[in-house]
Amino acid sequence: MKSRSFILFLSLSLLMLGLFFVDLAWGSIHLSLREILSVFLEKESNGINSEILLNFRLPKAITAVLAGASLSVAGLMMQTLFRNPLADPYILGVSSGASFGVALVMMAASIFPVVFISSGWALIAAAIVGASVVLLLVVGVSFKVNNSISLLIVGLMFGTIAGSLVSVLQNLSNPDAIKLFVMWTFGSLSAVNWTYMQVLLPVVLTGIGLAFFLQKRLDGFLLGENYARGLGISIQQTRFLIVIATGLLAGGITAFTGPIAFVGVAIPHIARGIFRTSSHKILLPAVIICGASLLLICDIITQIPTYTLPINTVSALFGAPIIIWIILKKK
Amino acid sequence: MSILKTQNLTIGYSKKGKTVVVQSDLNLELRAGELVCLIGPNGSGKSTLLRTLAGLQKPLMGNVSIDGQNIARISIQDKALLISIVLTDRVDIENATVHDIVSFGRHPHSNWWGKISEEEETLILEAIEMVHLEKKTNQLLNELSDGELQRVMIAKALAQDTPIIMLDEPTAHLDLPNRVEIMLLLHKLAHKTGKAILISTHELDLALQAADKIWLMSTTKGIQSGVPEDLVFNGSFNEAFQSKSYFFNEANGNFSMNYPMTRKVWVTGDKTRMYWTLRALARAGYMVVRDAEIQISVTDDSWIIQNQTYETIAQLLDFLNNNE
Repeated sequence: MKSRSFILFLSLSLLMLGLFFVDLAWGSIHLSLREILSVFLEKESNGINSEILLNFRLPKAITAVLAGASLSVAGLMMQTLFRNPLADPYILGVSSGASFGVALVMMAASIFPVVFISSGWALIAAAIVGASVVLLLVVGVSFKVNNSISLLIVGLMFGTIAGSLVSVLQNLSNPDAIKLFVMWTFGSLSAVNWTYMQVLLPVVLTGIGLAFFLQKRLDGFLLGENYARGLGISIQQTRFLIVIATGLLAGGITAFTGPIAFVGVAIPHIARGIFRTSSHKILLPAVIICGASLLLICDIITQIPTYTLPINTVSALFGAPIIIWIILKKK
Repeated sequence: MSILKTQNLTIGYSKKGKTVVVQSDLNLELRAGELVCLIGPNGSGKSTLLRTLAGLQKPLMGNVSIDGQNIARISIQDKALLISIVLTDRVDIENATVHDIVSFGRHPHSNWWGKISEEEETLILEAIEMVHLEKKTNQLLNELSDGELQRVMIAKALAQDTPIIMLDEPTAHLDLPNRVEIMLLLHKLAHKTGKAILISTHELDLALQAADKIWLMSTTKGIQSGVPEDLVFNGSFNEAFQSKSYFFNEANGNFSMNYPMTRKVWVTGDKTRMYWTLRALARAGYMVVRDAEIQISVTDDSWIIQNQTYETIAQLLDFLNNNE
C-alpha cells in the first residue's frame, strides 16, 4: 500500500515537472528546452528569450502551480468539513465576495465622477477585502450555527447576495467598466508579476501549512462532528481554522487570477480515485500535485489558439467531464 | 470499583430561552467490568442522559464525575482518553477500510501527525479481533453489512482504550441474530476487558439477559437502578412502561398485549403445549376460567373438546369461532 502511494507520488511529481517545462516552452513563441536551460543556467539576461521566460512565462507557470494547489487544498478541506462531495471554496461565497470587491472598484469608478486609481493593487486589495468580509460573516455564523449543512446554506446565501449586488452594479455602470469586469471573471494567470508574487506566495504557503497542521483533525471530521468530538477534537476551533485556511487559499488566488472554476471540486475526487485513500496525510500532497498539474495543462491549452483563451473557460471544459466520468465510473 | 458517578444530576435542555427538565436528582453509578443497559420509553430522556454523561451536553444542575474528577473541568482531549462513544450516526467514508476506521480510535493518543507505533498497531488488530472482523481488516466500509459496520465502530471504541464506553442504541437497524450477537459481544467485552460499558437500548428482553445492571427510566418516576431480576420482582418494569394495551409479563420478561377477553374456556393437559395454546386462545379473546363451559384438553399431539379431536391450533380456533 505504502509503496504504491510512493510510486504514484513519484510519477505524478515527474509529470508535474514535465508539464511545468512544457508550459514554459509553449506559447506564441516556442522555446526549446535548450533555450530554456540556457536562460536559467547561463543567466543570459538581455535576450528576448530571457525577457519572455523570466518576466512572463515563469511567474505565470508558478501562478498556475500555486492556483491549482491552493484551490484543490481549499476544495478538499471544504468537502471534508461539509461531508459533501460537491462542496468547494465557492460554496462559502469566497469568489462571490472577491467578485463583489472587484466589481465595486471597477464599476463604482464609472458611476461616480470620483477618479479611482484603477491600478492592479486596488483590484487585488478589493478582492481580498471582499472575500474576507464574506468569510468573516460565515465564520461569525459558524459560531452560532452548529451543523455543517446549515453553514453550507448560509455560505450559499452570502454568495448569492454578493452575486446579486454585482448584478446591481453592472446594471448601473457603463459598458467599458462592465467589459473590464467580465474580463476579470474569465480568470487569468498572467496577472501575477514578481511584485505580486511576493504577496501571493506567503499567503498560499500559510494556507497550505495550516491545512497540513489540521490533517489529523480533518481525518477525524470524516467520521462526522459527534464522533470527532468523541475523539477529543474541538469542533468550533477546527472549523474556524479550516475556514481561515480556505479563505487565505481561495481568497488570495481569486484576488490575483479571477475566479477559476471546477478545480476545487474536481481535483479532490481525482486524487481520491488515484490514491484510493481517505487519509489527509496522503490526500493533501496528492491534491497539490494533481491540482498544479491540471492547471498547468489548462494553461498549456489556453496557449494553443492564436488568441489566448480565458483560463476559467478551459478549466470548466476540463473539470466538468472529469466529474461526470468519476460519477459514471462509480456506478 | 466505581468509575463514573452522578450527584443530584438534573438533565435537560434549553429551547428558545425556556429550560426543559427531562430528569432530575439522579444519583447513578457506573462500575468497572459491568454492562449497564439504559432502558426507558421514548421521550424519557435516554439520549439526553447519555450525552450528558459523555460530556457532550452540560447538565442543568448537579455534576458528573469520573474517578472523582468533575467532567465539566476535564478538557475535551482528556475526555477522549476516558470515554469512547458509539453513536447512531452513519459513517460512510470513501476508500476507508475497517483498519482505517478502527485506527481512528488511536487519535486521542497520538501526536499531531498521527503516527501509529507498532504497539498501537497490535492494539488495533486486537480490537478488530475482539469483534470478530479479522478476516475483513482490509475491506472497504461500503462492502460491510450493517451489523459488521456496528462492530467496526465498537472496535474503534475498543482501540480508543478508555475505561468507559458508551453506546447509543447499538442494536438499532439490525436484524435479530445481529442484535443478539452485539449484546453478547458487549457483555463479554465488559467482563473480559474490565471496562464499564453503558448502552441505551429498546431491546428489553435482550437487555434483561445481557445486562449486569439496568437503569430503568420512566417519564415520571426518575431512574431505578438495579440487577434486572430485582427490578422484575419489585414491579418497576410495569410502572415504567404503564399502558392499557400491553403489560410486562413477569413470567417471560416480555411485553404481552392486553387482548380484550370476553369469552371463557378451561384448559387442562400437557405443560409445554399449554403455553402456546393459551397464547392462541388469548389472541382469540378467550379468558381461562376454572370449570368454564368449554373445556379443552391438551394432549401430546392434539386438542380435545367434547370428545372431538383437533390436530392443529387452526382447527381448534375454527371450531371455537363456529361455536359462538
